[in-house]
Amino acid sequence: MISIQNVSKWYGDFQVLSDCSTEVQKGEVVVVCGPSGSGKSTLIKCVNGLEPFQAGTIVVDGTSVGSPKTDLPKLRSRVGMVFQHFELFPHLSITENLTLAQRKVLGRKDDEARRKGLALLDRVGLSAHAAKFPGQLSGGQQQRVAIARALAMDPIAMLFDEPTSALDPEMINEVLDVMVELAREGMTMMVVTHEMGFARKVANRVIFMDRGAIVEDADKDEFFGSPRSERAQAFLSKILSH
Amino acid sequence: MNYNWDWSVFFKSTGIGSEIYLDWFITGLGWTVALSLSSWVIALLLGTVLGVMRTLPGRFAARFATVYVELFRNVPLLVQLFVWYFLVPDWLPEKLELWFKQDLHPATSAFISVTVCLGLFTAARVCEQVRTGIQALPRGQAMAAYALGLRLPQVYRKVLLPQAFRIIIPPLTSEFLNVFKNSSVASLIGLMELLAQTKQTAEFTANLFEAFTLATVIYFVLNMALMLIMRGVEKRVRVPGLIALGGK
Repeated sequence: MISIQNVSKWYGDFQVLSDCSTEVQKGEVVVVCGPSGSGKSTLIKCVNGLEPFQAGTIVVDGTSVGSPKTDLPKLRSRVGMVFQHFELFPHLSITENLTLAQRKVLGRKDDEARRKGLALLDRVGLSAHAAKFPGQLSGGQQQRVAIARALAMDPIAMLFDEPTSALDPEMINEVLDVMVELAREGMTMMVVTHEMGFARKVANRVIFMDRGAIVEDADKDEFFGSPRSERAQAFLSKILSH
Repeated sequence: MNYNWDWSVFFKSTGIGSEIYLDWFITGLGWTVALSLSSWVIALLLGTVLGVMRTLPGRFAARFATVYVELFRNVPLLVQLFVWYFLVPDWLPEKLELWFKQDLHPATSAFISVTVCLGLFTAARVCEQVRTGIQALPRGQAMAAYALGLRLPQVYRKVLLPQAFRIIIPPLTSEFLNVFKNSSVASLIGLMELLAQTKQTAEFTANLFEAFTLATVIYFVLNMALMLIMRGVEKRVRVPGLIALGGK
């Protein structure tokens, strides 16, 4: 479904991604972790072309992301993305947030988009808030709306960029619950997160990144049981010691 | 000060038909409003386009807008008006030049010159405000919009500009008021707007103080009214639950 081959990216002289390669199969849940500045977010943003990259190829469902011939907006409309800071559109009501892209990108009729949006809002447990504005919801609620907004486009895969990092601790679970459910339904997911509990519960594979490179790419059990690289071992021992 | 105020002057006949001096002020106000509103439409449309251009990734568009802003911001308005009124018509193709100079009513050609001049001048200022408004938004907003599959024009129209405009309503309001005040330069090329009518009244009646007092009051009330209207607009588009976009 998502194939990343030898991807490198530079900001000027500084290399942020070096020779990253991995695959995400249909229905697979892959967690990407690693220390800050290791390039996790950059890599995931390359997948839907939000960040350009200078070398290598990324192919999503048969479409090459880096090719100048690719209709990027069309590709992006098929890949859902959830951001660290939610990025709901604050000037639009929750319903409008859920329907904007359905109408403008997919060309769905008003009531069809609304029905779809409200059904997904109900699914994330927020149907009572349809008429509110993002600023009137808590962080956890906003992130659940953001997930619903992405799902409303009927994506073939979902990208999560540290979806719980900006949340108060008590709101993290309500977002993770939605993601776990999504994973169990067979959604293809690539998730940048520090939530190792989530990784243990639903991930098929874990990718560990450090200084722009993929250091470890292993099955979940292998990653948590016996990580091969020292860097991953050190990371895990620090992150799991409390 | 030893001066005999005579406010009844405004109700005296000008000697032209049945006109009184107050009629001159009303006509002048009409020109001022027409001039300012048409200039503002140009400024708002062009300024928005230029402001967007300054935030586009492409280097050419951004550079063009920057040059525009510097050009129109760094030359005095009055100089620009003289250029538009005295020089530009000479550069037009001959037919257009003759039409502008001979066929058009002098008031109409002056009106066109001032409107274009004031519109383009103010557009440079609006451009900077629009640019600031867009750049004040978190980068993630545009990213989220692109991630949903929206295309660049949609991202600006549906996501960035509605937020940017809410942020810049207060500075935009003072720009709007500036247009009304700046429109008084039109009096220097003979367009009989409010200031020109005031000067003419002063000359005809020798009641200089009354004439300029009335002009002051009219400009003041007009601008106060506009400010209150804009405040109403600001309240209307306020986003619930959001301080940054004018909510509470």
